[in-house]
Amino acid sequence: MVKKKKSRSKKADLTIHFMPYSEIAHEDTIHRIKKIMGIVLANRIIILQGKLRPEEETRLIENSMTLIGNIKGFQGIEIATVSNEEDTHSLFNRIRHNIARILIGEQDAITIIGPATVVKEMKQDPKKIELMLNKR
Amino acid sequence: MIKIIRNFARRVFSGIFKKKGEVKLGFYGSPNAGKTSLANAICQDWLGEDLGTVSKVPHETREIQVKEKVVIEKDGKKVEFKLIDTPGIATKIDFEDFLKFGMKKKEAQGRAKEATQGIIESIKWLDDMDAVIVLIDASINPYSQVNITILGNLAARKIPVLVVANKIDLKKADIKKVQGAFPEYEVVGISAKTGDNMEEFYEELFKLIKKAK
Repeated sequence: MVKKKKSRSKKADLTIHFMPYSEIAHEDTIHRIKKIMGIVLANRIIILQGKLRPEEETRLIENSMTLIGNIKGFQGIEIATVSNEEDTHSLFNRIRHNIARILIGEQDAITIIGPATVVKEMKQDPKKIELMLNKR
Repeated sequence: MIKIIRNFARRVFSGIFKKKGEVKLGFYGSPNAGKTSLANAICQDWLGEDLGTVSKVPHETREIQVKEKVVIEKDGKKVEFKLIDTPGIATKIDFEDFLKFGMKKKEAQGRAKEATQGIIESIKWLDDMDAVIVLIDASINPYSQVNITILGNLAARKIPVLVVANKIDLKKADIKKVQGAFPEYEVVGISAKTGDNMEEFYEELFKLIKKAK
């Protein structure tokens, strides 16, 4: 009997993890960061509905810096966010935006986070994010 | 570990013995945005000495550098501040990037390690600032998450900010792009290297320090 040759490539697959906001909505900062770092360290790219708070972004950077040199091959992260840049200059829109944020959280944005070993660069502008991947 | 304890103690004691009216002015931005170049230009103009060394190699500043009692003058009025130059904030560091600048592997690894610690220190010091200058390289895309994260953190802490678009002497520089990226902030374009538009910068700096008092 002839053995079937496995056709699976030796190259690792690229995995994208879609994360709805509900997955982190009720988590505190520590657990949010822990969840995100767990996925990033598994070499996956996260597409998060919504965005992190500014202090959570800095915590994520701090956490990444602590891990560089302590986890083999880890070089940090790439992160980019695009928000719904509505006119928040008028008072009415600002109030409406703030009420919506309190009620449903920062859902009107998309955040992409990936390990720097997988994502070479993220080019962003207010409307789009371009993802450049490293050769695998 | 000793360094962390030393920095913690310094921050605690400086908080206790903080002089009334003393403004801590931080310089923040990505690596190679020109933070130390601008800090040096200010120190040269008003104190006649440099603060730190400048290099094309990223992460040249890997420790917080402080210059006490910088006094600037405008129309006979003076403002005094403590100038704090911070290491550039990045989200990733690969020691191999330093090899391109002719470093040996061990030296590059050491620099990468110091750079990661420097970034952590920069972030920790955010809480201590009374006013911040965010340096943005006007010759590259200003929409970087590092710039957005720094400005977002300063807004959340209600710390007065002046955005400085540096390197306007370069052909690729585009101040309008920086202004377009951060329309809610005052943006002043300068070249810390050539000294272009430093007059306007000092005017804005004067206002910023007044705001922080």
